[in-house]
Amino acid sequence: MSVLKAENIKLVYGAGTSFEKTALDDLSFEIEKGEFVGIIGHTGSGKSTLVQLLNGLLKPTEGRIYLNGKDIWEKPKKIRNVRFKVGMVFQYPEYQLFEETVYKDIAFGPKNMGLEEEEIDKRVREAAIFTGLREDQLEASPFELSGGEKRRAAIAGVIAMDPEVLILDEPTAGLDPLGREALLSQIADFHRVRKNTVLLVSHSMEDIARISDRILVMSKGRKVMLDSTKNVFSHGRELESIGLKVPQITKIMMMLKEKGVNVDTSVLTVEKGFNEILNILSQKTKE
Amino acid sequence: MVREITLGQYMPGKSFLHKIDPRTKTVLLIAYIVFIFLCRNFISLLIMSLFSLLVIFMTKISFMKYLKSLRMILFVIILTGFFNIFYGSGEVLWQWQQLKITSGGLINAAFVIVRISMLMMVSSVLTYTTSPTDLTDGLERLMKPLKIFHVKVHEIAMMMTIALRFIPVLLEETDKIMNAQKARGADMESGNLIKRVKSLIPVLIPLFVSAFRRAGDLATAMECRCYNGDKNRTRMKVLHFSIKDLIALLGCLVVFAAVIVGNMYFPAVI
Amino acid sequence: MEEFIKIENVYFSYDESEEGKSFALSGIDLTINRGEFVAVVGHNGCGKSTLAKHLNSLYIPTTGDIFVDGINTKDDDRLFEIRKKVGLVLQNPDNQIVAGIVEEDVAFGCENLGIPSKEIRKRVDNALKAVDMYEYRTHSPDKLSGGQKQRIAIAGIIAMEPECIVLDEPTAMLDPQGREEVMTTITRLNKELGITIVLITHYMEEAVTADRVVMMDGGKVLLSGKPKEVFSKVELLRKHRLNVPQATELIYRLKGCGYDLPGGILNEEECVQALLECMKKRGERSVGIKG
Repeated sequence: MSVLKAENIKLVYGAGTSFEKTALDDLSFEIEKGEFVGIIGHTGSGKSTLVQLLNGLLKPTEGRIYLNGKDIWEKPKKIRNVRFKVGMVFQYPEYQLFEETVYKDIAFGPKNMGLEEEEIDKRVREAAIFTGLREDQLEASPFELSGGEKRRAAIAGVIAMDPEVLILDEPTAGLDPLGREALLSQIADFHRVRKNTVLLVSHSMEDIARISDRILVMSKGRKVMLDSTKNVFSHGRELESIGLKVPQITKIMMMLKEKGVNVDTSVLTVEKGFNEILNILSQKTKE
Repeated sequence: MVREITLGQYMPGKSFLHKIDPRTKTVLLIAYIVFIFLCRNFISLLIMSLFSLLVIFMTKISFMKYLKSLRMILFVIILTGFFNIFYGSGEVLWQWQQLKITSGGLINAAFVIVRISMLMMVSSVLTYTTSPTDLTDGLERLMKPLKIFHVKVHEIAMMMTIALRFIPVLLEETDKIMNAQKARGADMESGNLIKRVKSLIPVLIPLFVSAFRRAGDLATAMECRCYNGDKNRTRMKVLHFSIKDLIALLGCLVVFAAVIVGNMYFPAVI
Repeated sequence: MEEFIKIENVYFSYDESEEGKSFALSGIDLTINRGEFVAVVGHNGCGKSTLAKHLNSLYIPTTGDIFVDGINTKDDDRLFEIRKKVGLVLQNPDNQIVAGIVEEDVAFGCENLGIPSKEIRKRVDNALKAVDMYEYRTHSPDKLSGGQKQRIAIAGIIAMEPECIVLDEPTAMLDPQGREEVMTTITRLNKELGITIVLITHYMEEAVTADRVVMMDGGKVLLSGKPKEVFSKVELLRKHRLNVPQATELIYRLKGCGYDLPGGILNEEECVQALLECMKKRGERSVGIKG
């Protein structure tokens, strides 16, 4: 059974008014437990809207969403419980910090879940370790931390809830290259250790290519593709036609292939590209 | 969505009302308010009402929108009307135990309801036909004389402009913060009053912090563009009066004169 | 080339105490020439943003001097002159827009400078056309995208007719489309209008379009040169927590294995061309061996 299932989702804003807008249309997909799924799409493709449907912040106009086989809107008054199982980190999450200490802020989520003091403490400390925050930072005010540290504290706040499904919307927005790499590694580690399901919304093809098992491609509120990372990026031309760019290394492979060189165009990292080219070059010598 | 609330609801257009200088409109609105309370009998009230309807018609904006503006104060209108009808003085027309409907009460109620409604709708004429920027501009020029009393007119106008500019931004941010906290399990819907107020803290604190940060950034940006208060400051858009303002002024004077005449020659009922 | 901004042995500390200061800028010597497009790169915290804010007198050096077209930035009396010559665009598009209508915000700078009304109108129209936002002049900024807002901010600076525009990570908060819009605009301003550009960024794809790249770390300038030169120093950049374009890295690694490839490859086209040539050469050589 899939952990998350979307069935013919349609979301219309301002129905009946002159501002009527269909944000999502006829969207169906299934996410398996333990997967790491990347979600890509142009601005306005509906990807941020989609993830807000998955944790019950938005309600679909038509269609259903199933979590572990149950319709999340079956009991509308209990929708909060869905958010304990489907955790979400928004863009620029550091802007949501508010508590007196970092510890208390990270504890906010677990507290809302009604957990025992001991359990909350355990979770807060674990989350802090995972995101690389130190003991002394836990006792500080969140507003004393640097930008990068604040973001880590905000993410810790969601990790502490230990959700079955973790959704991150552009978690690396605004970070420098090293910051981006570090954060993505942490997310990948977290996924590996916890064996939970992760959905990552991003604009960066390079980021998504590196750590996703499957990729959901969206355009104009519809699903264009949902396939393994390799397969998705082998459709370079199609991605470009909807305004997305493949990683530069993939583009290089595509261009070589067009010139008659027999390379694997589903290469996504420099490492793999390097190996491919080495093969070709050494082959040519042997000829 | 919180974003759908538009402040003042400016509706661009090309009607006569749209083209009058905002200063003229503001001053005439104030005069209008005074005169609507000066009406002493049904004749004057009728004159003012017809005038109000004429002005509303001239804006070329659908009457439904004006009625909508009444919706907001419907409760006030009904309540005031109720109290006036049942607690007035004068000849008693109907009585049941403590509740009595008097002739005085009915007249009072009629006047109050008409006054409040007309006031609301004609005020809307100002906000519907004048952009927020023109309004603040007009107010700034009107208040200029107050500089003699060391009132910081320019600074106040600049604050109003910036506030108006950032209201949609802050509203959107409130939405985002609320969603982020709800995603962490915050419950903003249930509980008693105290609990609900407490649940606003995770929204208000980040919002305040953010507002201060924006203010700091904006101040830096303004300095980079050589902002120096209103020292040697010029404006791209210069408000100037035209013949239309004169026509509007004269028109109002005629109506106000008629009201005074109406008050003098017909008996007062209120 | 004519010197426009001269930075001489600048040290800067946020700390105002006399003892044990830590310096955000430690001995910067740098010249920006008129008409140049200079990209300043470095990881977060290297001092590049601090440097940017020195160029229009927002900050004054603790020791050392900065001259903008001959004017010392420490000269309080000539502050507005400096800020008229050097405009600064910041990271957050929203927090730079003062007015509720696009054209009024673009006029803000001119109004502060006391320019006559009709002249302002002309400048505003020209500025909006230069950033391709003229049709939005009566719109409210809050309905615009990030890239559009940032272009409005740039227009607001252009209307003041600066000789140089400094942009501090202007695309950091934008989506890829917004980034492209802003970069296209900046490049056009430099190439067509001859405006000197200083672009602070941590995106390598943006730095490759510059005339010169300056790399900073720990408050010091470590590298300065043409993009091809700077980006070929892959190890050094890595050491200072920076990336290079994937194309550059690929060629670098292949070169490391002994293959005959040119240095300074920055984009896909150059990379593919270089690889094809290399393959051809090896193919020819092997033909030679067989034959």
